[in-house]
Amino acid sequence: MSWILPDINFQILLPELVILVFALLILILEPILKGRAKEIIPHISWVGILLALLSVISLWNREGMAFNQMFLLDNFSCFFKIIFLSGAFLVILSSISYLKEEKIFHGEYFSLILFATFGMMLMASSLNLIVIFLGLEIMSLCLYILVGFRRYDLKSNESSMKYFLIGAFASGFLLYGIAMLYGATHSVNLKEILTLIITGGYESQLFLFIGLGLILVGLGFKIASFPFHMWVPDVYQGAPIPITAFVSSGPKAAGFAALLRILLFAFSSLQFDWSALLWILAVLTMTFGNVVALSQTNIKRLLAYSSIAHAGYILVALVAGGGSGISSAMFYLLAYTFMNVGAFVVIIFLGEKKVNLDDYSGLAASYPVLGVALALFMFSLAGFPPTAGFMAKFYVFSAAVKSGYFGLAIIGVLNSFVSVYYYLRVVVIMFMRVPEEEGKRISVPFFLSLALFFTVWGTLYLGILPQSFLNLAQSSIFSAF
Amino acid sequence: MEQNILTIITFLPLVGAFVLLFVNRVFTSTVKTVAFLVSLLNFLFSLYLYFNFDPELSAMQFEINLPWIESLGISYHLGIDGISLFLVLLTTFLACISILSSWTAVKEKIKGYMISMLLLETGMIGVFVSLDLFLFYVFWEAMLLPMYFLIGIWGGPRKIYATVKFVLFTMFGSLLMLVAILALYFISQSHTGYYTFDLLQILKTPVPLGAQLWLFLAFALAFAIKVPVFPFHTWLPDAHVEAPTAGSVLLAGVLLKMGTYGFLRFCLPLFPGAFFDFVPLFSILAIISIIYGAMVAMMQKDVKSLVAYSSVSHLGFVMLGIFALNIQSLEGGILQMVNHGLSTGALFLLVGMIYERRHTRMISDFGGLAKIIPQFSAFFMIVALSSIGLPGTNGFVGEILIILGTFKSNNTYAIFGITGVVLAAIYMLWMYQRMMFGELDKPENKKLLDLNLREKVVLVPIILCIFWIGIYPKAFLSRMEPSVESVLKQAKIKYQMTKKEDSTNSNLGFKVEPDKKKRGEVCLEKCEPKKIN
Repeated sequence: MSWILPDINFQILLPELVILVFALLILILEPILKGRAKEIIPHISWVGILLALLSVISLWNREGMAFNQMFLLDNFSCFFKIIFLSGAFLVILSSISYLKEEKIFHGEYFSLILFATFGMMLMASSLNLIVIFLGLEIMSLCLYILVGFRRYDLKSNESSMKYFLIGAFASGFLLYGIAMLYGATHSVNLKEILTLIITGGYESQLFLFIGLGLILVGLGFKIASFPFHMWVPDVYQGAPIPITAFVSSGPKAAGFAALLRILLFAFSSLQFDWSALLWILAVLTMTFGNVVALSQTNIKRLLAYSSIAHAGYILVALVAGGGSGISSAMFYLLAYTFMNVGAFVVIIFLGEKKVNLDDYSGLAASYPVLGVALALFMFSLAGFPPTAGFMAKFYVFSAAVKSGYFGLAIIGVLNSFVSVYYYLRVVVIMFMRVPEEEGKRISVPFFLSLALFFTVWGTLYLGILPQSFLNLAQSSIFSAF
Repeated sequence: MEQNILTIITFLPLVGAFVLLFVNRVFTSTVKTVAFLVSLLNFLFSLYLYFNFDPELSAMQFEINLPWIESLGISYHLGIDGISLFLVLLTTFLACISILSSWTAVKEKIKGYMISMLLLETGMIGVFVSLDLFLFYVFWEAMLLPMYFLIGIWGGPRKIYATVKFVLFTMFGSLLMLVAILALYFISQSHTGYYTFDLLQILKTPVPLGAQLWLFLAFALAFAIKVPVFPFHTWLPDAHVEAPTAGSVLLAGVLLKMGTYGFLRFCLPLFPGAFFDFVPLFSILAIISIIYGAMVAMMQKDVKSLVAYSSVSHLGFVMLGIFALNIQSLEGGILQMVNHGLSTGALFLLVGMIYERRHTRMISDFGGLAKIIPQFSAFFMIVALSSIGLPGTNGFVGEILIILGTFKSNNTYAIFGITGVVLAAIYMLWMYQRMMFGELDKPENKKLLDLNLREKVVLVPIILCIFWIGIYPKAFLSRMEPSVESVLKQAKIKYQMTKKEDSTNSNLGFKVEPDKKKRGEVCLEKCEPKKIN
């Protein structure tokens, strides 16, 4: 009797392993440490993330497979891991003071963030639909708990419940879609599916398309595209602010990573068929997000609708397809992580009680640095040069024009024109209104200002000197043929 | 020096703004002095351009071309020619003057104000010197933000409405221009095989006429909003009236020129076919702007909005000159851009000065000011006359060149255009009469103080320029001529090439016959559409 040992190449799993070890370490430390000693936990977690980031960088330009081709390492997955890890890093830095203030400083918070990051990393680095599903579930389960982390707050409970129900529903769709694809192709491996579609060796075209459609629905929930966006505003509003920032950066990017792999890799030969559908989705997502955002008065909800709109812009890149479509979507997600988390960092500082736009009156007068920083993030989200948001939008729209989607590019720029209004409204309120009450000035906690520094740096760096990251994105393109 | 001078001029204000960040905002006079010195230094640097500019050359000078974002073909390419030289000088000059003029007018948040002014200066110069479409677009958009803050924070009572309207109007046009830039980028790639945003490279690509029309419209919309040409002018009075004085000066003096400059630098050389086709439409819009602007200006009760509407009228002249498409009219147009920057800038400064004293701008609140503040009235008189275009002042030279040029290409346009000069005399002189002459019947006006030294220092350089251009315009015109001539020639050659290539050129309505007339002139005549077989 012979044993076949699974081929495990630990080296290419290094980033995931580091995250996993640190997550488990925190779980062990949490009950052991008492009192003020617990305050070391966030620092352990961000050190873990930095180590994982280093190991991702060390694996750059290396390709490999593990676990019977279930786990894949390529530059594409590495780029996405950089996005997830930097998002998680910034969120952890900005959570420290927030958790203390809200009196929910528990160690498992950080361990859950690490586990969720682990799930995302799994999603980005697999060609196997089952593993993608596994990663998605690991990520989502952690997020459901994190969204409801303010246990005493009914809104937080409600949003956690909503997120859980809708998320479970979406997972069901995704799984059903995978099953359909398996029925049509006898495979859950995207590479095999790709060859089968090209050679026409699949069983039934009907099931192939139903399967793809159901997967689109399932992932559409995660990336918050219209019409699967309903959970976004409520979850964003109810979740603790750092978690809102987390949900808006990592999971969205992870959803797009899976979507890019499925659409532009496995189904790339059928691009003609699905791109028409995605065209409509992109237009509706952008327009819906931007138009509804116009009338929001709560900054968390405003950013929720804005995140829907941004999902629409990234869908434009998917419609454009090809190498420039993939790299522009990746660049956009990286830029979005910096500018959006950055905006949330400022909101975290002001706290859970000041989330109405009116609370921001005259912010720039009392906190000039925060005011300028939030203005920078708003300009970046609106797409003003020289910020990351402009570069990202420019790159996405140039991909669309390159593929001949003029109409889509024009709808895209008109949408970003609409968005200018509500982003500028935040700036107007901060800079051009008199503060309602002269509150006491509090100094910005160290780690929060560190997060602010990183996000400001990222937003400006990607806007002014994007060359290095564009190169990274361009060398991370996978090719289907 | 030769290579780096434009970089220095463009980014010196940015460095100044960065330095200001580290000055404590309590030391207001340090902040003001630093800002003023930076802008003065920048003006001196820009004089280097004037003296070392080779008036014989039509090509770009002081060029610098470095790769910026190589993988997308974006370069850091700066350079100036006779068209942009004076606009750069005008920008550094007016930036310097307007910083000096806000010494006492701006009382709160002076640090933020000066930082915005310096950032705005960088943006404005960047627009005029960039020769890479991407770089140009970055400056074009980025420049909006400091202006947005200048109007929105230090503006008048309706500042928020005005500033949001200003940004939204400009954004709308420029976003469509972005798509057009991208389209041009891919068209040029399909011709040459490599990606580039470099204007001089893209100029070598012939654009098919069908594409030209759409691309031209996208560019033209962005520029027409900025100029502003009727019917896109509605943001202008709001922005001008609400902006702080220095903001108005730069808005009228420099920002509006970006539109007309854009027509000349981008629309004409890139899309000559479409440009020639749209001559009638834009000439008529220009005439409407001239007459409409003047008529509305006549009826204004507020001096500042009178000057704002007079800008619409004056910029209409510039547009008329550009679309008459011959050397005189183009040179007149460029000169008139400078003239308008000087005289309207000075008018806004004067209005700001009287507003600082009286806190009103209503014409009816004044009267008989000449008796109490004679120096102020004298300065006002000179500037008003230059704005009307009295011989001996700069306005005359610009307007006469435009009108002469327009007569050469189309009599009707010229005749309608001329009425603008008459109307200008009416609204300016009538306003002057109501404010400066007559009874000194308002008790508040009796205690007014005349100009102080700083205000005279602000105004005298402008007055000198007004007379300098008025009496000896050759210093300016000779430097423009080679560039204007070559732009026009290139456009004509390209236009004929497009027409030849395009077999369906039947529905154009006019043709170009350069051989009949003097070199460098385009004659637009009605002709029967050719029949397609």
